[in-house]
Amino acid sequence: MAVTTAPAPPAVRARPASRVAGFVRERGWLLLGVALIVVFCLAPFYWMIVSSLKANPLLDQGLYPKNPTLLNFREVFSGENKFQYALRNSVIVAGTTTLLALFIGVFASYALARLQFRGKKLVLGAVLATAVFPLITLLTPLFQLFSDLHLIDTYPPMIVTDISFTLPLSIYVLTSFFSEMPWELEMAAKVDGATPGQAFRKVIVPLAAPGVFTTAIIVFIAAWNEFLIAYTMTQTLKSQPVTVAIAKFTGVSRFEQPFGTIMAAGVLVTIPLVIMVLLFQRRIVAGLTAGGVKG
Amino acid sequence: MPRRLVKFVLIGAVIALVLTACGGGNGGGGGAEGTGPITFVAGKDTSGKYPAVINKWNAAHPDQKVSLLELPTAADAQRSQFVTNLQAKSDRYDVLGIDVVWTAEFAKSKWLLALDQGQFPLAQMLQPAVETGKFDGKQWAIPYDTNGGLLFYRKDVLDKAGKQPPKTFDELKALCPLAKQNGMDCYAAQFKKYEGLTVNFAEAVQAAGGEIMTDNGTKVALGAPAVQGLTFLADGFKQGYIPKPAITYQEEESRTAFMSGKLMFLRNWPYVYTLASQADPANKVRGKFGVAPLPGFTGTGSSSLGGLNLAVSAFSKKQKTAVEFIKFATNQANAKEMVGLTGNAPAWTALYSDPDLVKKFPHLPVLLQGLQAAKPRPITPYYQEVTSAIEDNAYAALQGQKSPDQAVNDLSAKLNEIAQNG
Amino acid sequence: MATETVRPVRVRRRGGPARTSEGRRAEARLAFWLLIPTGVILAVIIAYPVVRAIWLSLLSDNRFGTPEFVGFKNYIRALTGTGSDTFWQAFWFTTLLTIVTMTFELVIGFSMALIMNRAFRGRGLVRASVLVPWAIPTAVAAQLWLWNFNPTGVINAVFHTKIIWTGSHWPSFWAIALADVWKTAPFIALLVLAGLQIIPGELYEAAKVDGATAMQRFRRITLPLVKGAVIVAVLFRMLDVLRIFDLPFIMTNGANQTETLSTIAYKESIQNVHPSYGSTLSTLTFFYIVVTVFLVNWVAKADVVKSSAGRGVS
Repeated sequence: MAVTTAPAPPAVRARPASRVAGFVRERGWLLLGVALIVVFCLAPFYWMIVSSLKANPLLDQGLYPKNPTLLNFREVFSGENKFQYALRNSVIVAGTTTLLALFIGVFASYALARLQFRGKKLVLGAVLATAVFPLITLLTPLFQLFSDLHLIDTYPPMIVTDISFTLPLSIYVLTSFFSEMPWELEMAAKVDGATPGQAFRKVIVPLAAPGVFTTAIIVFIAAWNEFLIAYTMTQTLKSQPVTVAIAKFTGVSRFEQPFGTIMAAGVLVTIPLVIMVLLFQRRIVAGLTAGGVKG
Repeated sequence: MPRRLVKFVLIGAVIALVLTACGGGNGGGGGAEGTGPITFVAGKDTSGKYPAVINKWNAAHPDQKVSLLELPTAADAQRSQFVTNLQAKSDRYDVLGIDVVWTAEFAKSKWLLALDQGQFPLAQMLQPAVETGKFDGKQWAIPYDTNGGLLFYRKDVLDKAGKQPPKTFDELKALCPLAKQNGMDCYAAQFKKYEGLTVNFAEAVQAAGGEIMTDNGTKVALGAPAVQGLTFLADGFKQGYIPKPAITYQEEESRTAFMSGKLMFLRNWPYVYTLASQADPANKVRGKFGVAPLPGFTGTGSSSLGGLNLAVSAFSKKQKTAVEFIKFATNQANAKEMVGLTGNAPAWTALYSDPDLVKKFPHLPVLLQGLQAAKPRPITPYYQEVTSAIEDNAYAALQGQKSPDQAVNDLSAKLNEIAQNG
Repeated sequence: MATETVRPVRVRRRGGPARTSEGRRAEARLAFWLLIPTGVILAVIIAYPVVRAIWLSLLSDNRFGTPEFVGFKNYIRALTGTGSDTFWQAFWFTTLLTIVTMTFELVIGFSMALIMNRAFRGRGLVRASVLVPWAIPTAVAAQLWLWNFNPTGVINAVFHTKIIWTGSHWPSFWAIALADVWKTAPFIALLVLAGLQIIPGELYEAAKVDGATAMQRFRRITLPLVKGAVIVAVLFRMLDVLRIFDLPFIMTNGANQTETLSTIAYKESIQNVHPSYGSTLSTLTFFYIVVTVFLVNWVAKADVVKSSAGRGVS
């Protein structure tokens, strides 16, 4: 990076007018980009919402619901489906998984990024290797294990398994964040008179915030969306999360597909997630400006 | 340092192994004579038929309460839940609501309790349905309800042209120009690569008077009838009397096509009757459709037998209660109530002429006709692989990737391989 | 970096301050205890079933009898024997799907991250909407896309086509690919965005002052500094796509040669109750993925060495 320190006048000799034009053009592209992103991401979601408001979405293919109805949403919480229990289970499982995975992951990544010991590559490699095996083959032995421990239809099998799936990614992300952080910060803080604990809390933690919150979002969504393990290890609404509950939605007969109800459940499940993510997003930005590379 | 980490990892793995080995024993005693609260495991159903019978039982047997444990609606999903639990010899499941095609597999895997035929009024039930609960000479499951394919047709269109519903496939083909005149496709059923395709393939073979396997799944009986049946379906796609999108149809898609008025003839299960009779702006066929037995090649065809049977888990600790509950749930009174709630086909022969039921479900007599000639899909413990092989080859023929001759040959070879090696 | 207050020794060493040998041992001990929870969980939940699966793959399947040890017979069957047609079809389909979806996801995800990184009003809402595809449970999304790709569904309606998407090979491929890209480009966007936000704005300002064009700023500042995040994103996405299961299973059930390595493993293990052959397929998949990961790592490191040599001391 050639940084010239010559006291030359600004290289940008543009005239004000074309500068404004350039600014507008840049804004225009930006807006177009944003519009494309929003359409790409939300169009199918729009379709989902629209389908959930139609009484008969399989037959009615219109672009908007002519007679919008909350029938599907009522059906989701009806005696047959009792979705509120599934929501409760999902929140508990995904929440616990996130907290524990972050905890364990931060310990491991701090060790890998900031401490010196032999065999680091081996550990990282081993961690990565556990993320590689196809989930399918783990199902039967894990079911046997938890069945023998009489833990079927409880939270622990899902939580522990979800943690093990999300640990490798968490460790990798957190390790790369921790290792990017400059060493000078800790030392500077010590020079400024902070104890190690204060240095950790006031300097490291805010800087690690983006990484930690990014990891938290990833882990939460991964645990929230997990299906196969939950499906195998749970049997009743005592512990079934939303993914399994949705798979069991039904119409009146065996073959009827409650597309509208499924879409309604999907909408219900997505919106709280999005809100939660919005909240986390603010913290990411806050973390950045708080710790800050103050030069 | 890494050595110590490796040591800990190994210790962790050993702990896991030990835990698994230790937990195995489910304790002895209490099996065949055991009584007490039990679980009834079946696919989810919103008609209320299960709560109806369970509440009655629970009121009469407060110390042997039945709790319903619901599985997903898709048959494959139910099967994998059953397989996982029964393989692990879990005692959580007591009464099992299993699909008719799983009896042989579950029985041979020693997952079911053999039932005493004398305790159940089997003679008064439809024989084909009772057969689906038999394997190797023993009765492993009792029919709860049964199911057969029906031909739904646009009565209004046929009446206007003064035509009768077709009894043979040739007659059906002859009516296809009528469909085109009215802006509809001719015939559709379920042709996606899943269990429904096996059902339709089986029905096509049976329509030509043939079979797929015999002798408890040890002999392959495919021949000219199979080729004839498959050719009819494959030609349908080639010549256009089966619309091309039908290659993606399961039950719901084909029902949607019929109810949107885009299809003249539909082969589907009886559940369509209730839905197509509902008042709904999207339903274009209300009051305009009729129901007939499936067509064959030389006369009436033969439907594939579906339905649900009740069995007892071999690992249940309360088998006595389980057997008593099955007796109760499958008795005539409860069967009648079940039909009233669902419009499903009962196993009890007498119910098809019950005046109350026939008034509510006029398609019952037609259904009975079809069911008495219905045949089950291959009875073999290796049913999963058999149906996979059928799906693969039938689908390839429908797509035009193999000739029907080639497909039947390949299928025979594969089925022979399965029958011999398992 | 032009102005530095006078501070004690500030050599930027990789690995931090110098340590005494006793300090080293203390660090190693601490690291060990910090890594124990990870080790135990991964050992019990993953290592044990994997070891068991590899052992099973060396046995024969005998559902109603006793399995026997047959060595590599299952592997030969999968690679060159009666199972090879199915295996190699799944292999190539999975590989092609991986390459195509990763490419699209990288391009789209990266672009989304770049745009989200800019300061403008409503940025939070854009970020939230980007996360919607990813937040929808896969089961629901698969149902949604299955119906969208129905011959009478939305896709055909919007583009005025009459393609039977899930009815033949290449349309199925693109249907699955589109559903997957839609669902997971946000994942890449999020990781890249986190990496982008670490880059100090001053670097861009300084470069702008020096007259660097947008393209130059992108190539010289953005790309090298965001490389770490991109590599992590690519690596883990690749792991996921090579094991893709839900979408092909729900949308096509493997019809028209759209089986993936995971769908065939599932069908053998769970549906056909062939734990040994199913484990064989899973182990083969495992080795395939390990090799791919090594390749990606090797390519990525080669690049990192080159670029840091060119950068000089920072």
